[in-house]
Formats: sequence, structure tokens, C-alpha cells
Amino acid sequence: MSEPILIKDAVCSFCGCLCDDIDVEVAGSRIQRVKHACRLGSSKIMGHERMQNPMIRKNGELVATSFQEAYDRAAQILLAANEPLLYGWACTSCEAHKKGILLAEEVGGVIDSTATVCHGPSVIGIEEKGLPGATLGQVKNRADTIVFWGCNPAEAHPRHFLRYSSNSSGRFTPQGRDGRKVVVVDVRETRTAKNADKFFRINPGSDYEVISALRMLIAGKGESIPEEVGGVLKADLADLADVLKSARFGALFFGLGITHSRGRYKNIDNALSLVAELNQYSKFVIMPMRGHYNVGGIGQTLAWSSGYPMSVDYTRGAPYFNPGETAACDLLARRDADAALVIAADAGSNFPRAIVEALAEIPVIQIDPYENPTTLLSDVVIPCAIAGVEVEGTAYRMDGLALRLRKMVDCSLPSDEEILTHILESVQKQRGSMSTKEA
Amino acid sequence: MLATMISGRTLAQGAGCESKMSPDFFKAAAICHLSERDFKSMQLEEGKNVLLKNEFGQVVLAARADAGLPEKMVFIPMGPWANILVGKETGGCGTPHFKGLMVEVEATDSPVLSIRELFSKRDRAYV
Repeated sequence: MSEPILIKDAVCSFCGCLCDDIDVEVAGSRIQRVKHACRLGSSKIMGHERMQNPMIRKNGELVATSFQEAYDRAAQILLAANEPLLYGWACTSCEAHKKGILLAEEVGGVIDSTATVCHGPSVIGIEEKGLPGATLGQVKNRADTIVFWGCNPAEAHPRHFLRYSSNSSGRFTPQGRDGRKVVVVDVRETRTAKNADKFFRINPGSDYEVISALRMLIAGKGESIPEEVGGVLKADLADLADVLKSARFGALFFGLGITHSRGRYKNIDNALSLVAELNQYSKFVIMPMRGHYNVGGIGQTLAWSSGYPMSVDYTRGAPYFNPGETAACDLLARRDADAALVIAADAGSNFPRAIVEALAEIPVIQIDPYENPTTLLSDVVIPCAIAGVEVEGTAYRMDGLALRLRKMVDCSLPSDEEILTHILESVQKQRGSMSTKEA
Repeated sequence: MLATMISGRTLAQGAGCESKMSPDFFKAAAICHLSERDFKSMQLEEGKNVLLKNEFGQVVLAARADAGLPEKMVFIPMGPWANILVGKETGGCGTPHFKGLMVEVEATDSPVLSIRELFSKRDRAYV
């Protein structure tokens, strides 16, 4: 048994916090202990039961095969499709994203990320209005007023409070939690709400109205709004407006409570306007609480590669973007996508049931370390090494900061980047053979 | 009871989301939280199940009381059970309407389907 090695300050690759103070004790090729990570991060780094062999579906059953046969079969499926969908990308590195974008372009497909089922509306809202943003470091060091709207970091980003926001202590915020005002707006009293100085329970689907009322109050037009908006008394909203206006440095964090509800991207559009207007009175910033650790990274990589942050359609040769038309759920609902490659995401679990049924009708290639419902729908399954644990690479934190993922242990399985490179090579080879035959 | 359904991350669901075929994930995600008052008025107790249905589908889940929920609101951890109740409409922005859906909730003696059972009725068009 080799001596344990301590890897210090590794990056956790679970959520968009990308905590970079994780200590990991490794003995041989096994991770023995994880320090400083939350329950979500520890679970990810310590690992779960893995898929070991590539598989191809034959006579209705998934049977083991060689990696090369799996790559060739995947390439064959993508080449035979008119509009293949390459979906996922939230739990892998930007290096894999680059290969995936090349593959989408090569096969004339649509590449989309899990953003379209989480913060896609935020991406659209930000495109319309712009983002009055900041780094999490700025929030930690300067923010005296923190608002969590439709998000529950206590369960989804457990170390956010202590490392970056309400409970952190920074250069100009030495008192930590005691020196801050913390407000939570939600439809239910979450664990995050229990950490708040003031909790506002709003009616489901009323985010847009409540944000609009706050904008009116901040603009001094409170006489125009009714006595109650979205389940909140006007007097309470007026108090909240005063808290926001009097902030020295305010930060509004928002989550899927606002993107998944009635109004969707218009809610974000309105929240961005609220924060932009607050800057007439104080310094105020806003940030989406990105869920998977590199869903921000695929947005960045796609944006600098194609000009668009998600739902990029390469079927016409040049990139085209129109969420509602080119997003994964829309393509599948319309039965436009006739093959799918699902990587670093679990579409089987995370799509609405009717969309999953559409996915089940077409050939599916899965690249993932773990068996999950997508595996049950797949025709080709390729197990991979885990980015951020077994493979190094680049990821973007929720504030857009790029961090380097560390390799903690060896793995005999190929990385996502290697798998995509092999599929791309097979596509080019098979296309070459087809051209030769046609000639 | 007619209720508003929302879904989202929980610590247990998040910790199990990379071991979705495990019993732990089943325990973490195949559950429905109801307000304490609704839980009581429907004469539910730990170990009892509820049937939720709407225009998009129906699903049986284990019932849990949750002090943080208001009356007539149910919370389901995100995952394949919750998504049975979600429609495919994306409102032109690519994102389905996952939260704020109306569902009919009633007590049931029917069992909760396992994750493999949820996906077992698929007729493959492509093999």
C-alpha cells in the first residue's frame, strides 16, 4: 500500500461555486478522504458505482463491445442523421466542449447544453439587457446587502454563504454575516430563508409582478401599485425597496425559482432592469446561481466559437441560434432531431416525460461515467473518466471566472475529450470512405 | 386536493444525482413534500403515498410533511418522477415550465415505481 498523498486546494467539480480549497487524500488510485467539500462535492469526489465497458444495443439489450466499435457506431449514427442533437456538456471540461463543437459542425448537428433546462432564460434575458455583474470575490469583500431570489443555496450550493456571500468575511466586510442584510424571496420557506433577516413569501408565478412593483417603488411611483402584489403587502415591498436603495454594495443572486416559473426569461429581463436601476442609488450586481459546475463553461466556449451561448444549430453550415426553435426540448418535441449524443448530462432524468419519450424513439449515444436513465434509452454507451477528478481541464465558475480542474487519481477510461476526438476521426474516416465509393 | 407543484434541488437528491440507479436516489427523489396542514388533512403519515396527476401525466410518490411549504403547494425533488408532471411547451425560450404547475393530489395505496420501472414501458423504434 503506497503512502497517502495529500492534494491541496483542488477544485470541486460539482456545482457552479467551483470551491477551490478542497483537500483530497489519495492512496494509490483511490481517493480516501475529502476535506472542506460540502455533502454534494464530497459525494461527487468520493465517487459512485461506475460503468466500465462500452456497450452497443443488440436485439434490444446493451452488450459489451470494444471502444473502437463504439466510436464507429456512434459516428455511423451521427452521419446517418439529418439533424443530430449533441446535448449536455455541463459536467465536463471546456477542452471537451471544443471537440464537441467541432463534431457538431462536422456532422451538421445542433449543439445544446443543460442551460436550456435551467438558466437558459437567464442567458436570453442577459442577451437582451446586459448583466450588471461582479466576481464572487467582489461580493465577498464588499457586499453589505445580499438578496437570494428563487434560489436555495443552502441545498444547491451549500458553501456559497460561507465562501462568497452572506456569511463570508472579506476585506471590507470583516463582520461577516453580522455586518450584512440578507433577504430571501421565494414561494416556500427554504433552508436558505432560515438564514435571512427578512423572508418574503411570494405567490408562485408572481416574480414579474413583484419585481415590477419594486421598480415602481424605487422610482418613486409607489402610488400606482395596489396594496398587495404577488402575496406581499405594499408596505413590506416599500421596506424592501428602501433596503435595496440604501445598500453600499448589493448583490442579487437568483435561481431556477425564477427561470422555471411563469414569465421565464422576462422575469430575468425585469430583474436585470431592477438591478440596473438600483445603480442610480447604490452599487448593485446580479448573478445567476449556475447549477452544474461547468454549464457556464459550455456557454463561454460556444459563445467564442460560434457567437451564441447555447442551442447552436449547425445544420445549415453556419451557426444559427433561436431558442424555442433550436433548443433541445423543442427539437425533440417536434421530432426534428433524428439522433442524439448525450454527454455529461442525464437527459432521461431532466427532460419532461413527453420529451424523454421522443428521445426514446431515436438512436441515442451516451458518454457518461455512470449508469442513469439515459443509459436505458441509449444504443451506444461509452464510459468515460471524470473531469475534475480523473482528468484535468478548464471550467468556468458561476461568475465567469475560469479555473483549472486538477487530476486527483488515474483512470483507465478515456476522457470525454479523447472519446469525442475518436468519434470525430471515425466520422471523417467513414465520410471519406463514402466519398470514395460514390466517386 | 388541487395544488401548485414546484420542484428543485435538495441535499440528498444532489448527493445522489450521480448514482441515480441507487436506492439512495430513489429515497431522495421519489417523494412529495406537502404542507403540514395538508399532510394532516389528507390523513397521511410517514410511509403513505400520494398520487399526483395533471394533463401531462401521473405519478405515485412517498408523502412527506414539510413545515416550509404553504398550504396547497407541493414540492418534489428534481428528477424523473417530478418530470412526469411537466409538459413539453417551452414558451419560445427552450425551457419547459417546470415550476408552478397545477396538480391534483390524493392519497393512494399504489406503490411508487422504481427508476427502472419508470423507463420499462418504452417501445424502441430503433435497435
